[in-house]
Amino acid sequence: MSKGLYINTGKLVGFILRRDRIRMPIWIISIIVFTVLIAVVIPDLYATGAERQVMAETMKNPAITVMLGPGYGLDNYTDGAMMAHFMLLFSTIATGIMGILFTTRHTREDEEDGRIEMIRSLPVGPLSPLTATFLYMTITNIVISLAVGLGLYPLGLEDMDLGGCLLYGASLGAIGVFFAALTGLFAQLTSNTRATIGYSFGFLVLAYIVRGIGDVENETLSLISPLGLILRTQVFVSNYWWPVLITLGISIIIFGISLYLNSIRDLEAGFIPTRAGKRNASRFLLSPLGLSLRLQRTTIISWTVGMFILGLSYGSILGDLEGFLDTSGIIQQMIPEVEGLSLTERFMTMLMTILSILGTIPPLMFILKLTSEEKKNRTEILLSKAVSRNQILGSYTLIAVLAVPIIQIMSILGLWFAAVFVMDDVISFNTFLKAGFVHIPAMWIMVGLAVLLIGYLPERVSLTWLYLGYAFFVVYLGDMLQLPDWLNNLSPFGHIPKVPIEEINIAKILLLVAIAILLIIAGFVGYNKRDIHG
Amino acid sequence: MAIIEVRNLVKKYGHFTALDGVNLQVNQGEIYGFIGPNGAGKTTTMRVLLGILKATSGQATIFGMDAWKDAVEIHKRVAYVPGDVNLWPNLTGGEVIDLFVKLRGANNNKRRREELIERFDLDPSKKCRTYSKGNRQKVALISAFASDADLYILDEPTSGLDPLMERVFQEYVMEAKQEGKSIFLSSHILSEVERLCDKVSIIRSGKIIESGSLEELRHLTRTSVVLDTREPIDDLSKLNGVHNVEKRNNSLYFHVDSHQLNEVMQYISQFGIVKLEVAPPTLEDLFMRHYKGDGGEL
Repeated sequence: MSKGLYINTGKLVGFILRRDRIRMPIWIISIIVFTVLIAVVIPDLYATGAERQVMAETMKNPAITVMLGPGYGLDNYTDGAMMAHFMLLFSTIATGIMGILFTTRHTREDEEDGRIEMIRSLPVGPLSPLTATFLYMTITNIVISLAVGLGLYPLGLEDMDLGGCLLYGASLGAIGVFFAALTGLFAQLTSNTRATIGYSFGFLVLAYIVRGIGDVENETLSLISPLGLILRTQVFVSNYWWPVLITLGISIIIFGISLYLNSIRDLEAGFIPTRAGKRNASRFLLSPLGLSLRLQRTTIISWTVGMFILGLSYGSILGDLEGFLDTSGIIQQMIPEVEGLSLTERFMTMLMTILSILGTIPPLMFILKLTSEEKKNRTEILLSKAVSRNQILGSYTLIAVLAVPIIQIMSILGLWFAAVFVMDDVISFNTFLKAGFVHIPAMWIMVGLAVLLIGYLPERVSLTWLYLGYAFFVVYLGDMLQLPDWLNNLSPFGHIPKVPIEEINIAKILLLVAIAILLIIAGFVGYNKRDIHG
Repeated sequence: MAIIEVRNLVKKYGHFTALDGVNLQVNQGEIYGFIGPNGAGKTTTMRVLLGILKATSGQATIFGMDAWKDAVEIHKRVAYVPGDVNLWPNLTGGEVIDLFVKLRGANNNKRRREELIERFDLDPSKKCRTYSKGNRQKVALISAFASDADLYILDEPTSGLDPLMERVFQEYVMEAKQEGKSIFLSSHILSEVERLCDKVSIIRSGKIIESGSLEELRHLTRTSVVLDTREPIDDLSKLNGVHNVEKRNNSLYFHVDSHQLNEVMQYISQFGIVKLEVAPPTLEDLFMRHYKGDGGEL
């Protein structure tokens, strides 16, 4: 066992590169293009120093801090400072997600599907697959770091010198490497792909939340989170390299631990034990609906709890927001006075839209579970029983449609609970509820789109994620990037009235609901007509 | 009475023709073997019969009902075991068996279930993710035989089972047949098909190239003969219907077209037979002959 632990690692790296020859370049190019594009746009947005200073003032808003990270260099808010503040956190999350997905794919997923077994039956070292994956992720992230850095530098933006640009790139790469190592660790601890991805994304979300709370409340808390730590590079202002180095150092330690765990465990085993199951099915399981609920039980519960926590964490800053808005003269000038409404209430609408878009993720996961079931031939096996296609698609649709209001309630409750504690002038629960529930039709439209794709283009269901990502982008950065209105109107969330600022237009809401219903019906028609693929 | 009836069934994927005019008839109480090389269209045919794939043209009916339109009604009386059994990794085998039986609409016959679990030697309290291919197949087989179906559609049901389990499987198939049920079975294990099946169809490249009872099929092929005679026969290979003559250790090995057997026997008896072994063609011979596609070599 001690000899040749790493034999043929190099060849495996080559093999992985070949497997991902299309998938990985798409990620790399998207990240680079996105970063460079934003950098090109930024100088035009806020051309004069005075405009940038106004922007800097808004950046002191704790709500913005929770979302984007702490502002720095706000006294002299240059293009570089703005670029880093807008983009760094989300770009690192992108490389983090990339690290999670690709590492899972080449470690636990390959192992669960029996591919590692085949590889290991060849003259390949027991630790070679994991090492090859880590090397591959390191190479990829070096490419991203250099490409982003060297891509930004020639734009010649104010305060963006070569060192800063390279540091910006390296920050993305460091988080990518960190999450690759972390996922590699979870791939050792858990014994299946789902759990590996679940724990890794759970960690990412936790890191984001801890950083958000820490950035507003307590700096030390932020340093615990890898996302909080990396923002301390203060790229383009102070250019500190130590957060990158610490992140990389910790990644190497984590990688070492996972190598050790890999060396002491059996193939296809994990460390988190699996319990013995039941000999008989409970009555609850014995229907298509019961089955799909049971299959997604953990996902449903964790997302419901997760949305409550997310609501809490956004809500926890409402108090600071109140104070900030009252004292910041510039902001008061910027937001037009509306009779009888506090500034916080007006700010709340944007918060609610963001929570709603994030809250659309779980219902989409619930409905899209059906496509992965189909790919694994399990829909086929169900259809061979006395079960109709409507029953199967119906169960998944029902779960997704009902999940929408439940998820909304959870995030609203979280928001409100926190608000009660931190705000002097508490916004009524009723206002929260209205502002949240008014988004339900848009969320249903996203579910409807997913059903439609399942019915007609099952191999293209990922378009739903792209569309949701677009909706998020438009709301999140739309105002700051001063995007035109029509871009916002392309998203269903763009048509939702901004309660409590705007009145609820019942006709419009009903129209959105009708669109969602039509999409769902069309999806059912398609699903009944097409082949089930295996 | 025809349980399964397939007429001119065509299934195309774009330009690729998976099924090219398949005809089949499975009657009540019959065990019908469906054999053919990988990718010939066995599984596609079964999926069309189950209403999972929609036929491009042609007709597929089960119990006189349309396989696509009346799928749910049909499936109340059908038990299916797929070739590649994929189960939910986080459910136990026992849970899946109960689920399948229930979804077919049958009552859960506890005694029958326990008997099957014991006969197939399955631990139903384990999560499906820990099962081997053979164990996943057992889960599908147990749930199939635990429900009171009239038609069993089995796609290579024993490919992961050990010989002992294969025997158990065969017993249950025979039991089902005795109860007047019909079985449509695809398999690569020719001895199994030979032992179980009343009728056989061979499919290649989406077309049925041969079908009928084993008896009938044997007539289409050649009998193999091993012969020792007192006097040497030199011109055996010139005889009508004799093929592949080979001399090994003073014995002649050759094949005879089944319909020429009489003439050949009369001819060789003149030479004084010392030893004569005549073996009917095995399904394997049939199979090899059709698979190779030339029909000439045995």
